[in-house]
Amino acid sequence: MNSREEFARGMREIAGPSFGISAWALVTGVAMIKSGLTMPLAMLMSLAVYAGSAQLAALPLIAAAAPLWVIWATAACMNLRFVIFSAHWRKYFGQLPRARRLALMYLTADLNYVLFVRRFPDPKPAPEQLPYLLGSIAWSWLSWQIPALIGIALGDRVPTEWELGFAGVLALLGLAYSTLSGRNSWIAGIVAAAAAVAAVALPLKLNVVVAIAAGVAAGVLLDRGWPITAEARR
Amino acid sequence: MSSTQVLIAIIGLTAITVITRGFFLLSEREWPLPAWANRGLRYAPLAALAAVIAPEVLLTDGALIDGWRSPRLFAALAGTVYFWWQRGILGTIVVGTATMLALKLGLGW
Repeated sequence: MNSREEFARGMREIAGPSFGISAWALVTGVAMIKSGLTMPLAMLMSLAVYAGSAQLAALPLIAAAAPLWVIWATAACMNLRFVIFSAHWRKYFGQLPRARRLALMYLTADLNYVLFVRRFPDPKPAPEQLPYLLGSIAWSWLSWQIPALIGIALGDRVPTEWELGFAGVLALLGLAYSTLSGRNSWIAGIVAAAAAVAAVALPLKLNVVVAIAAGVAAGVLLDRGWPITAEARR
Repeated sequence: MSSTQVLIAIIGLTAITVITRGFFLLSEREWPLPAWANRGLRYAPLAALAAVIAPEVLLTDGALIDGWRSPRLFAALAGTVYFWWQRGILGTIVVGTATMLALKLGLGW
């Protein structure tokens, strides 16, 4: 195993999708300034929090001077999907020392997770995994933070009516297509999409958690041969 | 909010990032998951992506888009066609974004 090759592969595989995420970061940077944060605080938020969807959800609450617990509860719910991912990560990196694995996970966003699981579908530790993930997170950290800081510097000069942040959604769309494999994954994805739309009225973006649960449940049931009943199979 | 309060909010948000992303890696002891949950986890990435994408494409202000003249819907369709034709994510982003900008700036949707 060549660590340098895996590191490069981690960077290469995230390079395409990260362009959309960069557009999203730019918009997040602008949003931080527009919601009244000073430039140093906006920079700190981007560099330290490093979770775009939680930041975007927290900003209007900060602007409206909501109680701290409401801000934190909203962000925690936005991030609940990471809790689910972390159960998966445990199988790959559970053996690392605690400080190292937590530092690694802190830097691991959605894109890194999806690409990593696509590269290593078998949930067992392997020596190629750490360099691959380090390459992936190094590239995605830079491709998030640089445009976010540009967005903070430009502020109002970026036209928000162009909806450039939608490029981030398109990146996730391409990534979702690239992870589809077989009929069951298509159905699980469609079920999750439908559940997210149907449950959109839930507070704190809990529809995302409901949708993940629905998609995973659909996948598990389909893998077990549902809707054909046990009797029919006999 | 005062700058100090925003600072406290940011410190808390950073802690939330650390705790949620590392949640099942905080403990030294393994928390055994039932076998079905282990198998189900492989659907988690796709389900999470679908859950984030679908409302962004299909909803505006919490309601289903009204009528077909939605730049986001056409951008997603153009991106979809490109992806299944060429299988490139970067191209999907470029084609979708170009479609959206053309509809918004060119046709004023």
